[in-house]
Amino acid sequence: MEAAADPVSVLRRTRHTLDRVGDSGLRLITAAAAALVVLIIVAIIWKVIDGAWPAVHHFGLGFIWNTEWNPVTGVFGARWLILGTLEISFGAVLIAAPLSIAIGLFLSELAPPAIRGPIGSLIEMLAAVPSVVVGLWGILVLGPFMRSDIEPFLHDYLGWIPIFSGSPSQNGVLIAIVVLTMMIIPITSSICRELFSGVPRDIKEASIGLGATHWEMVRGVVVPHVRGGVVAGVILGLGRALGEAIAVTQVIGNSLRGLGISLFGPGNSLASQLATEYQGAGTNLEVSALFYLALLLLAITFVTNFVAQRIVHRFDRAHAGAH
Amino acid sequence: MEPMSLKATGRSRKRLRTNRIAQATAVFAALIAVSLLGILVLSVLLRAIPALNIDFFTKGPPVFGAGGGGIAPALVGTGLLIVIATAMSVPIGVLVAIFVSEFASRRVGNQIRLALDVLNGFPSIVIGIFVFALVVKTKFLGVGHHQSVYAGSFALAIIMLPLVARTTMEVLALVPNSLRDASTALGVPKWRTTLSIVLPTALGGIVTGTTLAVARAAGETAPLLFTCSIAGSLVNWDPATSVTSIPVTIFEYSEQADRHLNQQAWAAAFVLIAFVLATSLVSRLMLDRSRRKLGQTH
Repeated sequence: MEAAADPVSVLRRTRHTLDRVGDSGLRLITAAAAALVVLIIVAIIWKVIDGAWPAVHHFGLGFIWNTEWNPVTGVFGARWLILGTLEISFGAVLIAAPLSIAIGLFLSELAPPAIRGPIGSLIEMLAAVPSVVVGLWGILVLGPFMRSDIEPFLHDYLGWIPIFSGSPSQNGVLIAIVVLTMMIIPITSSICRELFSGVPRDIKEASIGLGATHWEMVRGVVVPHVRGGVVAGVILGLGRALGEAIAVTQVIGNSLRGLGISLFGPGNSLASQLATEYQGAGTNLEVSALFYLALLLLAITFVTNFVAQRIVHRFDRAHAGAH
Repeated sequence: MEPMSLKATGRSRKRLRTNRIAQATAVFAALIAVSLLGILVLSVLLRAIPALNIDFFTKGPPVFGAGGGGIAPALVGTGLLIVIATAMSVPIGVLVAIFVSEFASRRVGNQIRLALDVLNGFPSIVIGIFVFALVVKTKFLGVGHHQSVYAGSFALAIIMLPLVARTTMEVLALVPNSLRDASTALGVPKWRTTLSIVLPTALGGIVTGTTLAVARAAGETAPLLFTCSIAGSLVNWDPATSVTSIPVTIFEYSEQADRHLNQQAWAAAFVLIAFVLATSLVSRLMLDRSRRKLGQTH
């Protein structure tokens, strides 16, 4: 009872209890939020597998390589969708990677400081343009232009290469590649710029001091120093391209009859097939087949992002060790 | 003997030529990228202007075949979606960031960061399909079984969450430890320090992260297709039902053969781009400012 009589000790005791409750309470609430992030990831994977289960059960792994997608007969297969996804994504990365590296070099090495900032933010603004707007531009501006000018030109001069044979069309694989390229460039080039700017000044100046030209300095010092990071940046761009649904579905032509050799013809991809079916798939089996597609897409992007993470991680460690 | 010339010859000449070619290529590539953006924004602007008038912002979609009309229902729909998605994602995102920067060990923190990156890397259409499976196809906790603003907002919130959390984390890490130490030295418990010292200091960064996430979510179409896309043509304020939104409107109108609808799509794209570019520009400037401000207190 003595303690109760002493107001200071009462105050101290209640303060302490409140502090302890407050501290562990806040820790608990924030930890729960962090756990929720993990829970969402698990739930996404679980729900997609769950939805795909009837189709997995019905078609087995043969689904992946089956060529037909026919809601009438109830036969579904993903071969053309997988190949189409890989074709447009790798095609876009093939164009975007060298361009992005060049832009990164321009912004970090060549551009006068006065235009470095504005051009850098212009390119980053390209990243903020929503994909549906890029797709709109793709259908209504790029498509007609490709059909009337670019594709005939490619056909006339490079028509002997099979991918440029065939008749020009307003929507098709090549247009999807160009649209995706535009969407990857801002991502990859800003990563490249940051990496190139981070190369220590002393080793660059050392190579200039040894008589290297600017280009030799870039090739011999800058690029080797950040190679891992550049590869990871390119893979991040690839991940974005693989999962892009809207812009691709707007321009690719959404054909289900396979993929021609020619880039001018129509194609399809996993994500764009999903996007076209939103107004309601007919049967339960078809809905389940769509979940199967989502599962395949998830697996492909997951592996891609994981590889990029590993490369960044290893690169970071090698980098830290070098200093 | 000939007078000595400073002009490069032989091998050096070749090296200098390679150098010039490489530099020209880099400049050319940057020009291509910048002009692509220019062409994109310019074509949207030029095609949008004829359709931009008061009716466009206040009326519903045009009756089939007729002219006029607007995107008022889509504006309201996008507004509702964004407000609810922000209300869902920002508190959780900030809490996650507080956990990582104030409570978690380095190892756990890195794992949460990795989880956020994984979530950010999921294709947005898959997130739409997840929400479709969770609340549209079946009932979840008594809600759903049909498309609704809630379902669409939930999908957008999943996309916003990693963005909000990562930006907030970055800013919380910039809050100088001397502030935390000073507060602790005055006998303030950790939770009070976090809530009344650390968070207010980082507020600017949190607002920036939110704006950035809103800019991203406002333009997302794929997560809405399966969760909130089938809707009537009237302005609708009820979040328990499905509404139309600006990105979905652009998507649908872009695939129509009707020229008038195409033009409406351009005008809607203009509104969307103006909003997205303005918000991301402002948030970038704000992020720079709060970085500088926090950097100075060191």
